[in-house]
Amino acid sequence: MKARVYVTLKNGVLDPQGKAIHHALQGLGFQGINDVRAGKLIELDVAKGVSDSDIEDMCRKLLANTVIENFRIEREAAA
Amino acid sequence: MKSAVIVFPGSNCDRDLAVALEQVSGTKTAMVWHRDTELPEGIDLVAIPGGFSYGDYLRSGAMAANSPIMRSIKEAADRGVSVLGVCNGFQILTEAGLLPGALMRNAELNFVCRDAPLKVENSQSAFTSRYAAGEEIAIPVAHHDGNYTADEETLDRLEGEGRIVFRYRAPVNGSARDIAGIINDKGNVLGMMPHPERVVEAAHGSTDGRRLFEGLLDALG
Repeated sequence: MKARVYVTLKNGVLDPQGKAIHHALQGLGFQGINDVRAGKLIELDVAKGVSDSDIEDMCRKLLANTVIENFRIEREAAA
Repeated sequence: MKSAVIVFPGSNCDRDLAVALEQVSGTKTAMVWHRDTELPEGIDLVAIPGGFSYGDYLRSGAMAANSPIMRSIKEAADRGVSVLGVCNGFQILTEAGLLPGALMRNAELNFVCRDAPLKVENSQSAFTSRYAAGEEIAIPVAHHDGNYTADEETLDRLEGEGRIVFRYRAPVNGSARDIAGIINDKGNVLGMMPHPERVVEAAHGSTDGRRLFEGLLDALG
């Protein structure tokens, strides 16, 4: 079973990489971009018994640094 | 002073740190592999070196912070054993929760490698007793992720409690309040981005970092 963990910077935390991407897009002539924030997507392939709270635990202990990052878990519906 | 340098896969300042410690203390420093679970008996100082542990995968220091040896280091820090983290060592200490805040990608996104003029803000710690408060020194930095970040409340607390030990005299990497190094509330854990082990003898061009190790020797015997 697939689970996706989205790790994003918290609001208010400056994102130098997002800013650089923003500038690069503007440099390419793309208009109307208000802001860019860069994050991570981590895909997990987990056994059926792994609960959401198990994955939250993984996020808090390793996958995200909760000082600066938020995380969101999405599970793929069982086939 | 019985010291140990922790070696992770990807550490690259471990030997420099050991040489600095051995030169100043005149005693052998133990090199401890990150998969070991115990620190040497009677240890006074644990030094976590610079480098790119685990290739900086996920986040700088994130993997190393969960290495087997870290449990012993946390226990030792709780007992009052001194812990010094330099560069990647600082990143590991924040990831492990031994120091507050986090070190993000440098604001200008560049790898910064040069001498950084610093101000010694607190000369009361075991790490800085050989410096004068307000003294200006220069210690080299070499990092990509040295942009110190914490919430305002944490920054105010660090400031109020004199826990900002070193501050950049001019912005280097976007660090909040130009923080270059901080200590924990008990004062026995220091994390700093500049590399004091790179300026300990005349041949290095400066000895500004040497007094940090001499201060530790004073404090730890």
